Amino acid sequence: MSAELGLAALWMAAALAFLQLAGGALAQRDAEAPLAALVRPAAMLQGLLALFSFAMLLWVFATTDLSVKLVASNSHSMKPMIFKLSGAWGNHEGSMLLWVTVMALAGALIGWLEKRLPEKTMQATLAAQGFVAIGFYAFLLLSSNPFERLPMPVAEGNGLNPLLQDIGLAFHPPTLYMGYVGLSVAFSFAVGALLTRQVTPEFARVMRPWVLGAWVFLTLGITAGSYWAYYELGWGGWWFWDPVENASLMPWLAATALLHSASVLAARDALRAWTIMLGVVAFSMSMVGTFLVRSGILTSVHAFAVDPERGTFILALLAVYIGGALLLFALRAGSVSEGRRFAAMSREGALVFNNVMLSAILGIVLLGTLYPLLTEAFGVRVSVGPPYFNPVGAIFTIPMLLVMTIGPLLRWREDNAERVRVPVAITTALIVTTALFVMLAAGNISLLPLLGLAIAVGLAVASLMPLRGRNLLRTPLSTWGMVVAHFGIAVSLLGMASESAFTEERLVAVAPGDTTEVADWQIELEGIDPVAGPNWTAMEARLLARRGGGEPHELRPEARSFWAPVQQTTESALLTRWDGQLYAVIGDQAPDGRWQLRLWWKPLVTLIWLGGLLIALGGVLSIIGRLASDIRRRSADRREADEHDDLAQIRGGRSGPAGELV
Amino acid sequence: MNAFKPKHQRLVLVSLALIAIIAAGLLAAWALRTQADYFYLPNEMVEEPPEVGRAVRLGGMVAKGSVQTMADGVTVAFMVTDQTEVRMPVRYSGILPDLFVEGSGVVAEGSLGADGVFVADNLLAKHDENYVPRELQEMDQHRAAKMAEETTVGLE
Repeated sequence: MSAELGLAALWMAAALAFLQLAGGALAQRDAEAPLAALVRPAAMLQGLLALFSFAMLLWVFATTDLSVKLVASNSHSMKPMIFKLSGAWGNHEGSMLLWVTVMALAGALIGWLEKRLPEKTMQATLAAQGFVAIGFYAFLLLSSNPFERLPMPVAEGNGLNPLLQDIGLAFHPPTLYMGYVGLSVAFSFAVGALLTRQVTPEFARVMRPWVLGAWVFLTLGITAGSYWAYYELGWGGWWFWDPVENASLMPWLAATALLHSASVLAARDALRAWTIMLGVVAFSMSMVGTFLVRSGILTSVHAFAVDPERGTFILALLAVYIGGALLLFALRAGSVSEGRRFAAMSREGALVFNNVMLSAILGIVLLGTLYPLLTEAFGVRVSVGPPYFNPVGAIFTIPMLLVMTIGPLLRWREDNAERVRVPVAITTALIVTTALFVMLAAGNISLLPLLGLAIAVGLAVASLMPLRGRNLLRTPLSTWGMVVAHFGIAVSLLGMASESAFTEERLVAVAPGDTTEVADWQIELEGIDPVAGPNWTAMEARLLARRGGGEPHELRPEARSFWAPVQQTTESALLTRWDGQLYAVIGDQAPDGRWQLRLWWKPLVTLIWLGGLLIALGGVLSIIGRLASDIRRRSADRREADEHDDLAQIRGGRSGPAGELV
Repeated sequence: MNAFKPKHQRLVLVSLALIAIIAAGLLAAWALRTQADYFYLPNEMVEEPPEVGRAVRLGGMVAKGSVQTMADGVTVAFMVTDQTEVRMPVRYSGILPDLFVEGSGVVAEGSLGADGVFVADNLLAKHDENYVPRELQEMDQHRAAKMAEETTVGLE
């Protein structure tokens, strides 16, 4: 019964999305149209229905209702409850339902709360949101029904891919989807503003928290995904330029550009058309990402199935939405009047530079991701990896990072180089000194890690400079947000550069009792034990790691065998120290009885994810700061209006609603 | 610093952005042609070997009975074959992927050594029953077609 209720709710939500689109569209011609008043309620109800539908899906997974096809093929009655629930979105249909649910909830939230923009613009925005939602409802209901019943219930489910039975991964897709879908709101606002010709600083202020929120979730999602790949895949790498990783990186790059250009629009009323364009591009990248991951066009660790019908469907959706939005942009961009001007040497100038570099990097990642698909159409099979992405991306990343050290110190509109001479000199000196020091100390080091280390140090110091001469307690939260996020970039960069420059690796076969070494660690294999878990058995190695003859620490890497579905995984063991991580993987037993052991010492590797968290924290601080100042401004406006009102009454004048008097 | 000529600021910005993005595109196109790893089947690699040391991928089936572990306990040598029965020797140091078994598909990332042995830096094997490296899917279809051919011989 619950599956049918979920499906019914989904159909009703789809119908409401139609109503929302129709009402919003009619309101553009006639603000008094009867449907116009229904746009906001429709958005709210649609959100609730989608949420109900998703709750029903969770319910059938929680109760392991094996008459539902999706449960039968992705779950198992023996699975721990948390993985039963996360199994609900660890598959194609469920994850698309989650996508749509988050999107409907976002629409409900703006329908309920957002009152700053002109009502007509809001209706156009909600109509756009409804229009996008319709496509995804159609996709779910026509080609990916998560509630499909089996003619005969099965006795037991197929289980979930063991690689996905991981607490980190349970929360990875929802986090990324919040990011993707947050950008759909930015897209809808951009379309609404373009349709009603309201590309104003107020529009940027309304859109900004959504962009920031989406960006925070994307940052967290990418950080978590990278850490998951690092410890779960057992390859010791933290970024593989896998198309699925790129699918989350591309919207992040676009969102980063968008939130900076939205800041320029909000503060200075410049970059109007550019901000709209980025709003369209950012959500397009989310959809391209969804297409790449969901269509099965790329087969990688993350891709679950190959199904050309679905791929075609998403491709059609992509064409309609991206094509439509770009067409609208082409028709209307000319009528968006030029914003205020600025000098090249100004905060705006630096932000424009940052935007152009981010767009270039986005283009490079996009081309590198699509190239193998393109050549495959011509019968040539290639794969594109780090030898392409690292150097080509760096050509644009390095200038961007250098400008980042100085941009936040510049004044809006116009500045002169003299004023920032001292900070530039300090940063340059830091970068050069670090580079020379590393070259002398480490000797043989490749160029990119060297530049990475040097720029990371310079940027870390430069990113704190905007705080110089300020009272730290009175510094606005949004400034703190920027400082923390930029500092996070430096921290993360330091981790990446250090990991790729200084990692030491050791691959040996050892018998129990043997000791081996990696960097300044001595690692002894104490023994190998068989162990069992709820749905797996494993060989577990007991390793004792000592650093320079100090205290022993135990590590227990495992080679696991799952039985539903049948699959082996390697469970790495990590020992975290302040200056790095020791990473151990156990392999097969060699014919002579020795065990393969792969060990890495990765200096400062944890900074990569710590930096990611700092970047996200910066985003959160910025959202809080913006919302708080917005609420303050609104209540100040209201107070002023009230005072005005009182004054009018005291003077015995005509009393009435504040709005009439102001 | 020089301000943009006020009237044409938008034009200047758009042109600069376009130039940068086109430059990125051209650079990407050039780099992709030189840096992409090409995929070889064993018979292709024997007929037209890639330059020694150039990063490429080799895909095929692990030949039955060919997997040998070297004395160091961590290096394995094996043969990769395809439908043409050409055998390409491969050497790999590292922990074998979980579902690396004889008679099953594998994609080796690495380069051809001067001694004619393919030195793999990384092996991608079938990950579970559902996951097959992209290059190998086609091969499974080939095999299925071949099997269908063999089993239907004489039925017409």
